Amino acid sequence: MGYNITEKILLAHAVGVKSIKPGDFIMAKVDFCFGNDITAPIAIQEFRKLKRKKVFHKDRIALIPDHFLPAKDMKSANQAKELKDFAREFGITNYFEVGRMGVEHALLPERGLLLPGDIIIGADSHTCTHGALGAFATGVGSTDLAYVMAFGECWFKVPETIKLVFKGKPRKWVGGKDLILHAIGDLGVSGARYKALEISGDALQNLSMDERFSMCNMAIEAGAKSGIIEPDKETERYMKAAIKRYKPQRKSYKIFKSDKDAVYSDVREYDISKLQPVVAEPHLPSNTKPVHELKDVKVDQVVIGSCTNGRISDLKKAAAILKNRKIAPGIRLVIIPATQDIYKEAMKEGYAETFIKAGGVFCTPSCGPCLGGHMGILAEGEVALATTNRNFVGRMGHPKSFIYLANPAVAAASAITGKITHPSDL
Amino acid sequence: MIFKGNVFRFGDDVNTDEIIPARYMNTSDPASLAEHCMEDADPEFVKKKKEGDIIVAGENFGCGSSREHAPIAIKAAGISCVIAKSFARIFYRNAINIGLAILTAPEAVDHLKTGDKVEVDAAKGEISKSGQTATYRSDIFPEFIKKIIKSGGLMEYAAKKN
Repeated sequence: MGYNITEKILLAHAVGVKSIKPGDFIMAKVDFCFGNDITAPIAIQEFRKLKRKKVFHKDRIALIPDHFLPAKDMKSANQAKELKDFAREFGITNYFEVGRMGVEHALLPERGLLLPGDIIIGADSHTCTHGALGAFATGVGSTDLAYVMAFGECWFKVPETIKLVFKGKPRKWVGGKDLILHAIGDLGVSGARYKALEISGDALQNLSMDERFSMCNMAIEAGAKSGIIEPDKETERYMKAAIKRYKPQRKSYKIFKSDKDAVYSDVREYDISKLQPVVAEPHLPSNTKPVHELKDVKVDQVVIGSCTNGRISDLKKAAAILKNRKIAPGIRLVIIPATQDIYKEAMKEGYAETFIKAGGVFCTPSCGPCLGGHMGILAEGEVALATTNRNFVGRMGHPKSFIYLANPAVAAASAITGKITHPSDL
Repeated sequence: MIFKGNVFRFGDDVNTDEIIPARYMNTSDPASLAEHCMEDADPEFVKKKKEGDIIVAGENFGCGSSREHAPIAIKAAGISCVIAKSFARIFYRNAINIGLAILTAPEAVDHLKTGDKVEVDAAKGEISKSGQTATYRSDIFPEFIKKIIKSGGLMEYAAKKN
């Protein structure tokens, strides 16, 4: 009986065992770990309890003040300062100050800091994003991060794996976001609880790394421990470019692939050749519908950004629709590139100018309104359409506000009409 | 460990944004977080609950974000334990790591409602309603997790290991 990619990566990192099976508890070596301005302060406090003089590896930890930064208030400023002080004290190389910072799940892969075959631990639930590289990446809490910062290890229960097979060529305006929302609609928000989601199928051949990051990013919204995609030519192309551009310390990596006789707890196939853009209605990401079925849903705010859809190809799609158009009167359009380099590229390519001329705002990188932090909080009764990942009660502001989730093209089209709109209906 | 308290019953998929909204996460001070515990699920919860009370919920309790602030807020609010049909993965880890008692007990959840008085023997995994003889069983933790719980949390386990 063979192993799937997740089991192979876990076995290669497991301490003191020669074989593994789902349900086993293992200690495994961690290649890279990180936290943000919300989760790292508690991790730092817990780490200090151990009274250790060193972290496990000063180049394998990243501290990224991305959630409430640039600091929205004094308390947030204090939390960010805890990261900076700790990074200085322990010589942590990957600390990113405002101006060089980006949303963690866009920034770390962009800079080539995470590699295929890695075990990656982040004190943030969307750490599953990095499975798109063919790595095992999972979100943990602050105390787990403290433990990893100290020992370079983490305990895991070996998960069962659900294999998702996406078949067919996606239609125009359909991207990774739609595929994963479609699957979450099928699985439900706890359908993959404790399990790994192995994302596969010929549809992936047509999806860039940006699209694949969007897909693995939302594995957690089905309750999954991780999302993972086997590396292919596109993964290699992405890694080669990132390593050439940013020259990270680690440059070589190992590619793992699932055995032909690997075991899965469930296999689900989706023919996506006829799939239309998908929208998740309030208040769960699993409340999905094809965009055409939403009639006359008026919106007050459109948000394009986040670790799900704040990458350059997302902004390109939105700019193509917004070019030479104006957004509807009374609508707010908030666009947040996920990293500083995406910001710069959006300036160079003219997307930023397109957004501003259309009547939107083009913000500095931050998680911002996605989690109700800042830069676009909703008032009571307001409705938002966002390219973000969660539409829980109160997620973006007032507990009586409403969030719809969609891809960047639907978001841009909806900003123009003022109601949820299929881009082809413009 | 024996816990006695009044039940506050919640539904399925209670997420961490409801347990502790991000607007209060510009601090990690447990007492401050406790003031807003469960606010977006039940704005009156903090006023109604008493020391030792028990949260009972359906499937997938604590889904969503990785914020450890969620179990911290519950523990600091004086809630003695959380009983659910199932827990979201990161919340489960976080609760164990910080020493918040959690019990997976689907049958108990089906028989408990807000206002019930219950007694929980966390070590034995037994839950019973006051004045009734019926006892509901909870899942037993795997040995590996028992070691962490016995130490009092992950950092305490790590300190021993050191």
